Amino acid sequence: MSESTTEGADKVHFELVTPARLLATEDADMVVVPGGDGDFGVLPGHAPLLSSLRAGVVHLYDGDAIVERIFVSGGFAEVTAERCTVLAEEAVRVAEIAQDEAGQRLDAARQRLAEADDEKDRKQAELDVNSAEIMVAAAKEHGGG
Amino acid sequence: MPSLKDLRIRITSVKSTQKITSAMKMVAASKLRRAQAAAEEARPYADLMERMLATLTASLPTLEGAPPLLAGTDSEDVHLIVVVTADRGLCGGFNNNIAREVRQHVQALHNEGKTVKLLCVGRKGRDALNRDYGSIIFDTLEHVTRTGADFETAAGIAGRLVEMFEAGEFDVCTVIFNTFKSVISQQVTPLRLIPFSVPEATGKDEDAEKDAEEDAFKALYIMEPSEEEILEEILPRNLSVQMFRALLESYASEQGARMTSMDNATRNAGEMIDDLTLTYNRTRQADITKELIEIISGAEAL
Repeated sequence: MSESTTEGADKVHFELVTPARLLATEDADMVVVPGGDGDFGVLPGHAPLLSSLRAGVVHLYDGDAIVERIFVSGGFAEVTAERCTVLAEEAVRVAEIAQDEAGQRLDAARQRLAEADDEKDRKQAELDVNSAEIMVAAAKEHGGG
Repeated sequence: MPSLKDLRIRITSVKSTQKITSAMKMVAASKLRRAQAAAEEARPYADLMERMLATLTASLPTLEGAPPLLAGTDSEDVHLIVVVTADRGLCGGFNNNIAREVRQHVQALHNEGKTVKLLCVGRKGRDALNRDYGSIIFDTLEHVTRTGADFETAAGIAGRLVEMFEAGEFDVCTVIFNTFKSVISQQVTPLRLIPFSVPEATGKDEDAEKDAEEDAFKALYIMEPSEEEILEEILPRNLSVQMFRALLESYASEQGARMTSMDNATRNAGEMIDDLTLTYNRTRQADITKELIEIISGAEAL
């Protein structure tokens, strides 16, 4: 492990925080983040960027290999030349997602969608379904691989 | 002079009270440790959120056209005060300090001719304010902080605030809660939530240099999808975060206050037991002496 990044470092210092705690802080060669307008990769020396996030999986790369996958339900990312900070309302390491729990969550979200009676509830439920689907897919992929 | 039996009964009752207070103190102490840890763990998120907002607002040329959560409505007539207290008592001045602050606020606002609404989070706040301001309390949320604060609850409250704000039910929202200073001291803090006041750069020494560096960057940030859209999304979340922080601080303060006051109560009970025991022993000796005198003088009379 290298020390926390200094100027001209060849790693991105990645931090992921949720309201409850600091979930991850580590250095990576590249971070791929599910931005609101599409996934984007962050390499050292990236231009300063603020972006919203959609539900998806954050990938941390060491060289060409993915060393960590973290599911986020949405939030924001702040990128500077040496840092990539992700604020997520909910974040779980993909390895720690329990498949059946994610499945239950998806079912519950689908039910909410079916029962939603106004525009706002429906939108929220759609988002929930989407995020649960991604969670299930991520868990499956991990379990399979 | 109370009889020996009365004294004995009183001693036992004080002893059992002492047992309860010391148990409550220990429970509060262990909850406090957890609450403090939770409050500390939540800090990075709030700090980062604040930094992002500062970056965003700094890049806005004016507040004009900004979302109302940031810019405010044009008037300041209707104030909503969120009162964060505990559900339970026996924690010293914790709830009363909040109630006093709220009364002052409401009084000041009324004097200015504003309308005030109260939302009580925690039963004790409602109980304390009900008599004077029962008519302006429009809702009370109970059981929010019974087992500690969680983010979903905070987000729920924040969501409700946003809904009400969008429906035009109030113009300014302030939350009043206890900030955790140390185990023995809590500070009543009014915090303005809506419209959001941008935190002034608080030039922390260690970060000062970094801040200057960041300032240079600020104008250069690329915003995705766009400044406005990010603001639209980040403001309600920031509200949840602030609310969450208020709940966490309040919960930690509550445990701290309860611990201190129960510690005092336990000590007072101890003193009372000592006093009572002394009186008990004196009375017992006096009784014995009296009986001896009676026996002796009885024997002499024979």
